[in-house]
Amino acid sequence: MTEELKERAAVNTDDSREYLTFTLGEEEYGIDILNVQEIRGYDAVTKIANAPDFIKGVINMRGVIVPIIDMRLKFNLGEVEYNQFTVVIILNVTGRVIGMVVDGVSDVVALRREQIRPAPEFGAVLDTDYIEGLATLDERMVIVVDIERLMSSNEMGLVDQVQQQQSV
Amino acid sequence: MTIDMSQFYQVFFDETDEHLSEMESLLLELDVDQPDLEKLNAIFRAAHSIKGGAGTFGFTDMARVTHVLETLLDRLRKQELKPAVEMVDAFLEAGDVLRAQLEAHRAGGEYQDERIEQVCQRLEALTAGEPPPAADMHAAAPDSDHPEPSVEGTGWRIQFDPVAAGIAEADTLNALADGVAELGRLQRVDEATGRPYRWELVTDTQVPAERILEVFDFVCDTHHIRLEPLPASGASVAADPGYGLFDAAPGTPADTGPDPGYGLFEDAPGAAGADVAESAMARDAAAQEAGYGFFAAAPGSPDPSGEVQEGEGYGLFSDAPGSEQVHARAEQDRAETAQGYGLFDPSPGYPGAAREPEGNHGDPDVHPHPPPEAGKNADTGAAAGNAPPPGGGQERRQGSGRPPRKPGGGDSSIRVSVEKVDQLINLVGELVITHAMLAESASRLDPVAHENIFNGLSNLERNSRDLQQAVMSIRMMPISFVFNRFPRVVRDTAASLKKKVRLKLVGEDTELDKGLIERLADPLNHLVRNSIDHGIEAPEKRRAAGKSETGEITLRASHQGGNIVVEVADDGGGLNRDKLLAKATERGVSVSENPSDKEIWQLIFAPGFSTADQVTDISGRGVGMDVVRRNIEQMNGRVDIDSAPGEGTRITIRLPLTLAILDGMSVRLGEEIFILPLTAIRESIQPRPEQLKTVSGQGRVLQVGDEYLPLILLQEVFDLGSPAQRIEDSIIVLVDTGQGRAALVVDELLAQQQVVIKSLETNYRKVEGVSGATILGDGRVALILDVDELLRLSHRTVRPRPSTTA
Amino acid sequence: MAKSILTVDDSASIRQMVSFTLKGAGYSVTEAVDGQDGLEKARSGSFNLIFTDQNMPRKDGLTLIKELRNLPQYRSVPILMLTTESSEAMKSQGRSAGATGWLVKPFDPQKLLEVVRKVIG
Repeated sequence: MTEELKERAAVNTDDSREYLTFTLGEEEYGIDILNVQEIRGYDAVTKIANAPDFIKGVINMRGVIVPIIDMRLKFNLGEVEYNQFTVVIILNVTGRVIGMVVDGVSDVVALRREQIRPAPEFGAVLDTDYIEGLATLDERMVIVVDIERLMSSNEMGLVDQVQQQQSV
Repeated sequence: MTIDMSQFYQVFFDETDEHLSEMESLLLELDVDQPDLEKLNAIFRAAHSIKGGAGTFGFTDMARVTHVLETLLDRLRKQELKPAVEMVDAFLEAGDVLRAQLEAHRAGGEYQDERIEQVCQRLEALTAGEPPPAADMHAAAPDSDHPEPSVEGTGWRIQFDPVAAGIAEADTLNALADGVAELGRLQRVDEATGRPYRWELVTDTQVPAERILEVFDFVCDTHHIRLEPLPASGASVAADPGYGLFDAAPGTPADTGPDPGYGLFEDAPGAAGADVAESAMARDAAAQEAGYGFFAAAPGSPDPSGEVQEGEGYGLFSDAPGSEQVHARAEQDRAETAQGYGLFDPSPGYPGAAREPEGNHGDPDVHPHPPPEAGKNADTGAAAGNAPPPGGGQERRQGSGRPPRKPGGGDSSIRVSVEKVDQLINLVGELVITHAMLAESASRLDPVAHENIFNGLSNLERNSRDLQQAVMSIRMMPISFVFNRFPRVVRDTAASLKKKVRLKLVGEDTELDKGLIERLADPLNHLVRNSIDHGIEAPEKRRAAGKSETGEITLRASHQGGNIVVEVADDGGGLNRDKLLAKATERGVSVSENPSDKEIWQLIFAPGFSTADQVTDISGRGVGMDVVRRNIEQMNGRVDIDSAPGEGTRITIRLPLTLAILDGMSVRLGEEIFILPLTAIRESIQPRPEQLKTVSGQGRVLQVGDEYLPLILLQEVFDLGSPAQRIEDSIIVLVDTGQGRAALVVDELLAQQQVVIKSLETNYRKVEGVSGATILGDGRVALILDVDELLRLSHRTVRPRPSTTA
Repeated sequence: MAKSILTVDDSASIRQMVSFTLKGAGYSVTEAVDGQDGLEKARSGSFNLIFTDQNMPRKDGLTLIKELRNLPQYRSVPILMLTTESSEAMKSQGRSAGATGWLVKPFDPQKLLEVVRKVIG
């Protein structure tokens, strides 16, 4: 499975693509900028009944109801704070609009295919299934995430599939 | 000039759809004992129009079905045959087949099913089945709208060109003749005088054209075969003075040419037989000169086997009004062709003949646009039919894509995709919300100092509400779209149950949201079937009860306030209180002490109330009724029942006018605000402590009168975590659910308001206990509660057993 | 000025096909949805050629032709019946109603143009 993914990642990332990087705890992640719709601050959400705690609730974004996920809660990154610096990345993932709370947005970087190395099995907070590979930027390691795959996964519980409550 | 015919397909599909619906409703209204000629004509017209379009646009399979359909209808409207119930059945079946064919073509394929052949055969058998006495025919003809001669064949004239058909060998020809001769007495009339050959087959009974074509189909392409019925006798045709004209034709070579695709029609109106004969000969002479035949169809023959002989053609009456201009043009064009019509009296209308050799028409066997296949030929059509569109000329295939359709000049409406309308509705919804947010911000301002802002805001509010209504009205459709299917449903259901049922439709013009119309169809279907099955009694029983044998079902729609009310009423036996109560006990469905009638009637909507047992006349009513109720509630509607023993049952569905807007009550629970649909709310009370009881020390119930209602505590159900206010200090909203009444505990009732319904599923997923979301005036999202699900969820958390405490 | 043609047919698809074909060939085309509409449009306009279907609601083609012939301005304008009925009887009825000719459905655009050119150029 992982092998296949890595191959896929290698094939798909021809030449350079732009990635939005953000931090989650101590780690830095990158996602394809094409999936990013906008970045906004954190607003009050409306709680959703019986949802896993990382699903903070829903917000109204210009008339559209958008679920908000806190990745820090999803990955058990300890105490999370909501303040004026808290950032929500609004993603457009396979036609769905989803808001993702992260610790901060760092940068937009262009990565060439060969800059993304296959990820070994390692202790990222993220399941390696959703990792396209690892890239090095100014000595920093960026974990490149296949955000579409992650967000449409069962474990996120964002779509009606086999219902799965908190998996963390 | 090539024209992409596919650009007209969509219009054809749409109009055919309308024709089919019209045909069906007319058929259902048709009284076979006293048929209304107007209706028969209208049904004929619908079939006829479909056939015309299908032929033109190359949907030969539909042309074939409509052809046999039309043939029988034509005989009916001319009163040559008496309508019968079996005919109506066959027509309805043909309509179903056509619809299937239409849908297949819409999807770019072709419907293939043995039903097609079956229904055609059924129709043909019915057409041939009852030859009317000759006297009747003639008596009827003058009364009908179209006093065409009613010549009924007792045989067929077969014309074919053996060379074109590829039957060169004499042996083959003889074998063919033998084959045909098995069907009747065959005369090979003129094989000597040149092609085409003409045979005459005389039969004692009616032989469908297909039978003959089948014989030919063994040896050649039946495209080249023309069939027309032989007149029953020369005398009967001649006796009709209006058509004596064509009597001269049989036997003369003039009319026997294979249809070249078109011909000119020369003879004077009202000419005596001699003149006709003369001009016929003249035509023939000219025809040979020009190298093509003249008559597109044989004289006096009603179209017997359809498309085979129904070639493309046109003609000009040389001496008819308007033809002077044609003549003038012709002479102008080429004066030298005068010899082509010098023979005729007055003949200048003939210009085309001389010009023809430039075109395809010189060769009678060239079919630039083959006529639709008929009969056995349909098989070849079907075999080749996988490539859409079937049949058709080259120009059809050259088109790439489908250009946007141009509305006809007579159209005063436009077709717009629902998507676009929904987008508008969404945008208007946003406008309404934006206004609400502005108004809320402005409420902190001093009204005197900011008079302009407040005036502007109130204008904005009025305009956006008006706009909202106007946009909503685009989605509104008359309920007749769903009502119209019921004549058929009632007819079929009643017939299968051997009951007599009349359907009455009231308020078909009542408009409601298109989305609701679509979703209303299934529940109504269920209710109507149930009414026929379990409401309306068998004819004997009705008679015994002193009622008319024919039961009546009324479908009634009306607007009441902001709601639409749809009733399904029957004049049947009504619901039986005792039986329902017994059933409830048997099924373990809880019922309160001394239940009211209404409450008992609601039992039929309880899940699993009645499933298998269909013995008694009420038991079956429960089948799927819980689903009906659920469906209606999903549309934010509610269902009520009234029933009186011996008088009937009335089921009333109340729905909001649209799916996009909901009348709701906003309620507060801790920090959260929820919307409760008004349709679910019965009343709200402030509970007294003594009304609150616990069951088994756990489940809590609220005593209201004699009833013990389950308490729904949202904090628990939704796991909100916030410390619940004491129930005694709360407000309790009594709500109607699929499982009876329940008591929903909230902290505060805020306001009654209309809300725009938003889907949670667009970007998230279904949330249990919630039917959707809306955006409040301050821009926050509020969830819309689904009380049925809430009760179910609360059973899961606590499990009160409400009726056992009594 | 382009020659003007009135096409009377209750079938929108046929009407559009006729209209599209003829417009493409440079004629000016007016559509009418049934016999009654046809009569009204004919009254309020002026046409060089009229095509009419036979089977239509409100007013059929034969009636339309008869009524048109009673109007002075249409006494000699070519009127062609568009009909799926190719029987002689139909034609003879058409002729006595005052039709100039007939064109059998189904027909294709080429055929239509050919006939129109023959009649009005």
